[in-house]
Amino acid sequence: MTTKATSKPKAAPRKKKIAAAAATVSADPTFYLIEADDHHHPTGGATLLGFWIYLMSDALLFAAIFATFGVLGTSYAGGPTPREIFELPLVALNTAILLVSSITYGFGMLAMEQGKAKLTQTWLLITGLLGASFVGIELYEFGKLIAEGATPQTSGFLSAFFTLVGTHGLHVTFGIIWIVVMLVQVQKRGLIPENKRRLLCLSMFWHFLDVVWIGVFTFVYLLGMLR
Amino acid sequence: MFDQPLSKIIFGRLTWESFPIHEPILLVTFAVVVLLGAGMLAAVTKYRLWGWLWREWLTSVDHKKIGIMYIILGIIMLLRGFADALMMRLQQAMAFGGSEGYLNAHHYDQIFTAHGTIMIFFVAIPLIVGIVNLVMPLQIGARDVAFPFLNSLSLWLTVAGALLVMVSLFVGEFSTAGWLNYVPVANAENSPGVGPDYYLWALQIAGVGTTLSAINMVTTILKMRAPGMTMMKMPVFTWTALCSNVLAIAIFPILTGAFALLMLDRYVGTNFFTNDLGGNPMMYWNLVWIWGHPEVYVLVLPVFGIYSEITSTFSGKRLFGYSSMVYATVVITILSYLVWLHHFFTMGSGASVNSFFGIATMVISIPTGAKIFNWLFTMYRGEIRMELPMMWVVAFMLTFVVGGMTGVLLAVPPADFVLHNSLFLVAHFHNVIIGGIVFGLFAGMYYWFPKAFGFKMDVFWGKIVFWGWVIGYWVAWTPIYIVGLMGTTRRVRYFDDPTLQPYFIIAGIGALIILVGILAFVVQIAVSIKNREKLRDTTGDPWDGRTLEWATASPPPSYNFAFTPVVHDIDAWYDMKKRGAARPQGGYQPIHMPKNTGAGVILSAIAMVLGFAMIWYMWWLAALSLAALFIVAIAHTFNYDRDFYVSVDEVERTEGEHHRLATAGA
Repeated sequence: MTTKATSKPKAAPRKKKIAAAAATVSADPTFYLIEADDHHHPTGGATLLGFWIYLMSDALLFAAIFATFGVLGTSYAGGPTPREIFELPLVALNTAILLVSSITYGFGMLAMEQGKAKLTQTWLLITGLLGASFVGIELYEFGKLIAEGATPQTSGFLSAFFTLVGTHGLHVTFGIIWIVVMLVQVQKRGLIPENKRRLLCLSMFWHFLDVVWIGVFTFVYLLGMLR
Repeated sequence: MFDQPLSKIIFGRLTWESFPIHEPILLVTFAVVVLLGAGMLAAVTKYRLWGWLWREWLTSVDHKKIGIMYIILGIIMLLRGFADALMMRLQQAMAFGGSEGYLNAHHYDQIFTAHGTIMIFFVAIPLIVGIVNLVMPLQIGARDVAFPFLNSLSLWLTVAGALLVMVSLFVGEFSTAGWLNYVPVANAENSPGVGPDYYLWALQIAGVGTTLSAINMVTTILKMRAPGMTMMKMPVFTWTALCSNVLAIAIFPILTGAFALLMLDRYVGTNFFTNDLGGNPMMYWNLVWIWGHPEVYVLVLPVFGIYSEITSTFSGKRLFGYSSMVYATVVITILSYLVWLHHFFTMGSGASVNSFFGIATMVISIPTGAKIFNWLFTMYRGEIRMELPMMWVVAFMLTFVVGGMTGVLLAVPPADFVLHNSLFLVAHFHNVIIGGIVFGLFAGMYYWFPKAFGFKMDVFWGKIVFWGWVIGYWVAWTPIYIVGLMGTTRRVRYFDDPTLQPYFIIAGIGALIILVGILAFVVQIAVSIKNREKLRDTTGDPWDGRTLEWATASPPPSYNFAFTPVVHDIDAWYDMKKRGAARPQGGYQPIHMPKNTGAGVILSAIAMVLGFAMIWYMWWLAALSLAALFIVAIAHTFNYDRDFYVSVDEVERTEGEHHRLATAGA
């Protein structure tokens, strides 16, 4: 966007190496921007791009843990196997909850675009509650597994399972905290550009976690049941 | 009194025993550090500099000041890392026949671990990030980076990590598991002490800083270039900074992940890298080297950029083969991700896997070789000025090529089976790291020092630094190549074979010659500051530069450019000079800039306390600092008042002064 706006001298020399001649050639091109320009502190674009890049780095963190799960996923070390401990219906319910929470966040963004602060907050609240139920069910699942003796210390497989699923759950928890912060900030200042930008970042974060979860559900739970 | 349960709750596993009072070497070092530190603090207090330090530096979000602070951190840590090197050289020169040397095994292991960790994470990375911070925004004609606060946070997180490593010297111990904290040595059962924990927490905290910094730099380059600067008109240094930071974003999360898993192993008792219950230590090796090999290129690519800028400037010519240079950089970036397994061909992954990684490794030498030829052809028929930066470029080309060739040698799996873990390998990577990265960092520091401070560095002492390093490098590492080729292995404290001793004595002498170079560098800084009026540059363009950082004053005003430059050519500033572009002398506008903030320093300090508490099992403090971390971070987001405008008056005054000096000086 920076280049498009002002790089008018397309016609100006796209010249060869010997620049000596150029002194006489070009008819006084612009070398400095005189008018006030705020494009050097873009409030929206750079932040969204930067946040997106951060998400990619986060994706790689997950990739490393997925790879670890791929290597250790069958190292049962005499402990339980996925088929013995996974409760697919519960996980399916949890998956549905998280997917729905992405939709409700989407509704929140639509409300934001229409400038409806109250409605945005409502959808955010619903999203946060869905996220909290997701984390709650996950913790219940973890607790049950540990009570059955399938602890993270039992085997390489369970270490990788708890860590991969837990890392995702930790991300969702951060997302919930962020939602709470945004609820307060929208309450205090309304849908000002800064808050809109933050809501957009949070939106990317939330959907990103959804995508990662689909990977977890498929790779850990569904494939695990086939083993 | 420390064996009461209450003290255990409060101090975790920290006891009087944790302080190494029985180690005379550490005790003396500690005394010196305390005296120096107290002296510094006293001086700052006496001259009432605390307020200035806080307002102008610690809380600064100015990319130039942050860059300078990164470089200062790198130089200080270089002294520490080099002290470790000297101790190893002395030990290995002594420990033959009946002599055990002066270091016990545990201490020696800590030293080689600390040396590698510090030199890569707290010398090379801060120096590179510092130079990129200082120069890149100027080169692209920007007024700051995309996320100024994150930049400050990145710096202070790196400092917090470095401080934790330094604390480990006097409180407890450091890891003994090598610079990547290898399992199984670093597993809980083999290293139950705090050493690996110091390592892990220090690097996790610093690693977050590095990742954030990389995201920041990439966004800056993609979003904030001056009008007209298309991707293929970016200065080569900016290109290499872009590739290096993209690579850093691609690898640091993997290191963070690997370290996090090792932390879980050590703290929770999981079985990722253990030898039983389904754990797999080689998984750790794979993960850390997926980070580790590209990391070499994260460091060396910007340095290649530095060489390119300097060669072009001091040959008075446009860089030969600009686009081939760009493509070579991009190709290296991609290939570097596909070679990690060559660090452990001996793992036993089989002939076909080893062949793939061996060939991929050799292929990297092609774009790298293309770069060398580009620099040579840039110099060819140029009007070469042998100023300090250019001297380093020439020394680099002669030294680095040898390291590159021994690298190709090591890339051949059958040869590697013989040379794996030998001193030949150690000589190889010191050859490329000193001859490539360190030489380039010196070149870059001399080249851009006048931009940062407004005066050049003293040439006489600079030549002593140069010859100390170059001669010292060759004297120190040639014998190591030889003994390595004969089969001597690395990380060994004592040798039986007395015929090896002369080689290690020569290597020790080489290290002393490098020491001369390092001490001369300290003297050079002092002499340059003393003679700064004589060395002053008022033009802002002391080397007849070609890129935009030379288009503004030295040191640049906080806003860098009163008027954003418009780019028409690759060497934008050279083009502007050639075509007589005059800087407008009026019509200034207020300039929008970010406000300083102390949040970065505070968050990093809390992160450091968190790390320390976790290392020593002080759970209450860990919980408290984690809560504080969240509270401060969230509170910071409630501060919406983050920017201000530099008034027209101030811009006018600053620019007028620069104009007066520049015209008077010329």
